[in-house]
Amino acid sequence: MTQLKSGRPKHRMSALKRAEAHFGRLAILPALILILVFLVTPTLLAFGLSVFNARLVSPNPPEFVGLDNFSRLLSVDFRVIDAIKDDAGHLLKDEAGAFTFPTTRAIQTGVDILHRKGELLSWTIDGGTRKAIILAGDPLFWKSLWNTTIFVLIVVPIQAGIALGLALFVNIKRRGANFFRTIIFIPVVTSMIVISILWLFMYQKEGLINSLLSSFIPGYVPVDWLGNPDTALGAIIFMSIWQAVGFHMIIWLSGLQTIAGELYEAAKIDGANAIQRFTNVTWPGLKNTRIFVLITITIAAFGLFAQVNVMTKGGPLDSTTTLVYQAFLAAYGRQQMGYGSTIAVVFFVIVLVVSLVQRFLTRDKD
Amino acid sequence: MRFAKTIAAASVLAVASMTLGTAVMAAPSQLTLWTHAAGNPAELKIIQQISTDFNASQSKYKVVIKKFPQADYNESVVAAAASKSLPDILDLDGPNMPNWAWGKYIQPITVPAATLKKFLPGTQGVYNGKLYSLGLYDAAAGIFARKSVLEKAGVRVPTVAKPWTGAEFDAALATFKKSGDFKYSIDMGTGWSGEWWPYGFSPFLQSFGGDLINRSNYTTAEGTLNGAAALKWGKWFQGLFTKGYVNPKETGGREAFLNGDAALQFNGNWAATDAYKKFGSDLLFLPTPDFGRGPKIGTSSWQWGVSSTTKNAAGANAWINFATKDKYLVQFSNAIGLIPATAAAAAKSILYKKGSPYEVFPTLSAKFGLKRPPTPAYPIIAKAFEKAGTDIMNGADVQGALDAAVDTIGADLAANKNYKK
Repeated sequence: MTQLKSGRPKHRMSALKRAEAHFGRLAILPALILILVFLVTPTLLAFGLSVFNARLVSPNPPEFVGLDNFSRLLSVDFRVIDAIKDDAGHLLKDEAGAFTFPTTRAIQTGVDILHRKGELLSWTIDGGTRKAIILAGDPLFWKSLWNTTIFVLIVVPIQAGIALGLALFVNIKRRGANFFRTIIFIPVVTSMIVISILWLFMYQKEGLINSLLSSFIPGYVPVDWLGNPDTALGAIIFMSIWQAVGFHMIIWLSGLQTIAGELYEAAKIDGANAIQRFTNVTWPGLKNTRIFVLITITIAAFGLFAQVNVMTKGGPLDSTTTLVYQAFLAAYGRQQMGYGSTIAVVFFVIVLVVSLVQRFLTRDKD
Repeated sequence: MRFAKTIAAASVLAVASMTLGTAVMAAPSQLTLWTHAAGNPAELKIIQQISTDFNASQSKYKVVIKKFPQADYNESVVAAAASKSLPDILDLDGPNMPNWAWGKYIQPITVPAATLKKFLPGTQGVYNGKLYSLGLYDAAAGIFARKSVLEKAGVRVPTVAKPWTGAEFDAALATFKKSGDFKYSIDMGTGWSGEWWPYGFSPFLQSFGGDLINRSNYTTAEGTLNGAAALKWGKWFQGLFTKGYVNPKETGGREAFLNGDAALQFNGNWAATDAYKKFGSDLLFLPTPDFGRGPKIGTSSWQWGVSSTTKNAAGANAWINFATKDKYLVQFSNAIGLIPATAAAAAKSILYKKGSPYEVFPTLSAKFGLKRPPTPAYPIIAKAFEKAGTDIMNGADVQGALDAAVDTIGADLAANKNYKK
């Protein structure tokens, strides 16, 4: 590039430039073809399939169903129902003394089975005599969206933060820095399936995590981490952060190494202490890295799948089901390619919107 | 230029050798065979042996084997069907057969009636009155127990003629739990996901009087999978966990029974050899309990079929018929421990011959065996049942979990017009 700027005759420059541009086009060709075949085409296919009732296995051609898949996936309904009364008009109570209510199926008689909704949430009001219910066309979609959101909200800041801390730690030229870098990076280059199976054992009631905790905490009661709806998602979050933190450490590290050493020297001469050097030199110098890390972790976190598929299959009681897992289950487990594609399209839109918002919030304001 | 020349020369050579190759192989038509047995060398070896023998026995066809790991097998077949590149002969998991037959992946096969009548019912893949697949072995499940343990606990040893009643079984589980000798009363296989759930646990539902789908018309699961009998099954199944009889988080290795952590084990005959090695003559293979409709166990393992796109259906059928020889059935059984498809082969096998400790399994299969419902909806039913089962295990409302499964199945049937066309 310095050659091009050094003021040679114009026609020489453009010849060089043309050659370089030609080479550039050639160089991106393999990547471009791969992206077109394995990324753009499937994405377009998913959009197409989402308006058909396409099946994975079927002798019949797919039929166009318009937005029916989307309405089944996204529809929600709010109802308030009364407790069941006997013939005399008295409210009936069950063995536990609570009023009884008709089932969600009973309040939807006449709705065809494809569009019957399931209960997402309910709570009793008016002293237990009435019940408010949120019905959803696909309750699992909303549970998955909720779990995925929790996962993203926790993983993004914590993983980015720990990765930055580790990068600062291994960036100092000291003996063993390379050793730590390698150790922290090992989980990244290990298959997620293998890691998930290992942690599956470690999280067992008689597993390593529990025996470690019980040796440090007196009177500790072992927890079945993946078998308990209250702890399963947390366990997956912890393991996921551990697995991917090394990758983002490397990215932070590359950012740290672009900051010129002179800036630190100047800051030192000005009498800045370590914290001041971090807030005034390191942090501003990492601006672009920060945006990159934020957006890549967010997208990776939204795509949570392998851990869930290996470790919990979305359970127990849907506490770890995610959007990608549901799309996979619909398309391959229940053979509904069209509906699975619909979930994938909605997922695509959600991730796109979140990424655009992040990009907007982190834009160059100058 | 030199580089280009080399390339040209190499391609000429390659084309020449290909032409030569075809010229030599032109005589017999090539039949491609796909199997899920890549991860099972013992089974694969016999399939290779059959094909080598078949190729040598005649000159019209030459079978070429392509092997897949079991975990990727179904996806590979589905992908091949989508790209119209199915093989001529393929193996398939029995309960999935109707789905593939309906999807026009496979066509009916021709096996002489004289041969077929010797085969166990569970090995015959019949859908819509036509035979689509045939198994060379079958699987059966039972309760593994130790004579010494039952005696110490004062629990009656059940027989095929007089199996445990549901109440007896529950009492036995309570006794084992109370004894303090075991962490759990029985290892049910909760550490296995996928097909084990419908294969292993839906027969208990059927013994209670419920089922996965109404078998009179295959158009609804309403009242069958969520009726009074199914509810009783669900409450019983949930009770296994709430009462602490069963560990909801067993390992995939299922060591609990062998380690002495569990008093009993519910497992398939493929696990019998490990248990026998450990306990020897103390080991008992018992029928599953009778919860009202008699003991029930699943049948149908991997079977062979012919693709609908083959140009050599006659050759593919010839291979399958060739493989039905008793000597191969015996080899399969000896190598992988499953039940030979015919009684004659069973008599000649090491494991299932008269007087062998495993002799009971063919009897269990013949007396109590029930196929998973032969409907194209089966793969969806299997997933819905697994979800309901795991939710019930994890403490979900039983009726709600079963209703949800019925709705999933109903929606699938509605979306496919009950698979009538």
